[in-house]
Amino acid sequence: MTLHYIVPGDDFTRAGEASGDLKRKMKKLGFPSDVIRKVSIALYEGEINMVIHAYGGEITAEISSSEIDLTLADTGPGIPDIEKAMQDGYSTATEQVRNLGFGAGMGLPNMKKYTDEFQIESEVGVGTTVRMKVYNHS
Amino acid sequence: MSEFFHSVTLDRDKCLGCTNCIKRCPTSAIRVQEGKAKILSERCIDCGECIRVCPHHAKIAVCETLDILERYEYTVALPAPSLYAQFNNLEGPGTVVEGLKLLGFDDVFEVAQAAELISDATRKLINSGKAPMPMISCACPTISRLIRIRFPDLIEYMSPLLTPAELAGKLAREKACKETGLPPEKIGVIFITPCPAKAASINMPIGLDKSNIDASIPIKEVYPRLVGLMHRAEDTCDISDSGRAGVRWGSSGGEAHALLSDLYLAADGIENCIKVLNDLEDEKLNYIKFVELNACPGGCVGGVLQVENPFLAKTKIKSLIRYMPPYRNVLHTQEIPDDFRWTYKLEYLPVMQLDTDMEKAFQKMDEIERLIKKFPGLDCGSCGSPSCRSLAEDIVRGYSTEEACVFVLRDEVHQIADSLSRISGIQLGRKKAAEAEDKED
Repeated sequence: MTLHYIVPGDDFTRAGEASGDLKRKMKKLGFPSDVIRKVSIALYEGEINMVIHAYGGEITAEISSSEIDLTLADTGPGIPDIEKAMQDGYSTATEQVRNLGFGAGMGLPNMKKYTDEFQIESEVGVGTTVRMKVYNHS
Repeated sequence: MSEFFHSVTLDRDKCLGCTNCIKRCPTSAIRVQEGKAKILSERCIDCGECIRVCPHHAKIAVCETLDILERYEYTVALPAPSLYAQFNNLEGPGTVVEGLKLLGFDDVFEVAQAAELISDATRKLINSGKAPMPMISCACPTISRLIRIRFPDLIEYMSPLLTPAELAGKLAREKACKETGLPPEKIGVIFITPCPAKAASINMPIGLDKSNIDASIPIKEVYPRLVGLMHRAEDTCDISDSGRAGVRWGSSGGEAHALLSDLYLAADGIENCIKVLNDLEDEKLNYIKFVELNACPGGCVGGVLQVENPFLAKTKIKSLIRYMPPYRNVLHTQEIPDDFRWTYKLEYLPVMQLDTDMEKAFQKMDEIERLIKKFPGLDCGSCGSPSCRSLAEDIVRGYSTEEACVFVLRDEVHQIADSLSRISGIQLGRKKAAEAEDKED
């Protein structure tokens, strides 16, 4: 099944709505809890990134019994140097965002760490698209 | 032992079938069917929110009354720490202890004493570095049951120690057997409870095969008689065996405070607790060592079987403990005694799952998404389910029908009315045509 979520760009308190909803649905579908946790954490990091950097975006989640396929697309500023952005602890977050407890530079690395497949495409001035897959081992 | 014994039950005669309780239930465990509320046993966590919100007092907590004292040769009262917060100008817990004895109990074992021992054991467990962190308190049975049905990942983080009430029950019976020479079954260990969740735990204990407590009596049942008797209690300063740390457990933050560490979090109110559990599940609170969760607002002082306003009760605890010693009960061994621990590990009860077969669960989820589009999204509750989504789920599970939705029903009635008027219009037309034909003839 396919689920769509809109991530609003200006509201920190709403980041986590998509991952929360997906988590609830995956529990109802009976996925193993470690699979749910991986999806939930990776997607939450993605949502936060969309709020902080990209003024929001759109999430598409394709769920089947064998895998969860997540596409996070935004039309934000884009990432000039993806390799650098993928490094642990690298962050461009403003002081204000860091004061809120975000921007530790672990967002993208965590998304990669918690998923089985991870792809990122970005063009400066156009936007960023992240595709992640988590397999259901059971 | 029944898997689902509940204290929270329905008084059918008083229930009007309104939608207050179904909207408030944190686990969507109530439906209104044929004009009466129905509690879905496997989902109910005995939080008592429905008791709190029912305007007709149709939701009740099943507990014992003081008559139960006659059933035993020797009785011991276990007062919850929050009981002390119900009275004005209390000099110390001793007055309540003495009052309970005047009420008819042969002895009193304060739950606050056991709470101090549990705090000591928890501290040792955390310092050992062997327990998974953050440790989640299991003192509130509602929270333990909630974790068991909704947060399977968090089961391993739950404290493996008994609740203070259970430990108090165990210690009280041992003490009574020793002092009286009576066999354990002749001794009635009676908990004075602030909430239905703790009452239900006696029949459905968490982590134990059999509870150490025989029965529970609500604080609000004991209160009116106790108030009168307490005036007769004299010179009670030395009677209490509990300290500040134990009594503080009665309100939110008290349990965590007793751990002597600042890296704790204490949340109260069921919805707040659910938020914290969600964050824990997503590994957002990794730097925290201990999580205290109380389903009731303000902690146990906010239990639905209490008398006093929970916020005032909290203030009363603060003034009560001011001149008490920090604590009076400690573990004398470095090792935590085995009988302080649960005898078995909790298991996940996937009661929210749509189907045990995942492919079927997917089909049901698709069907739910399709049905939801038909409903207005008002979550009015008129269908008897708490929200449009849960109606869709109930239909898919076979417990309800689309026509339970008044809006769907209205549309169907309109369609039928349209068809009827169209049919009658056709018939009218035929009649007129026939009349015209008659005239021509």
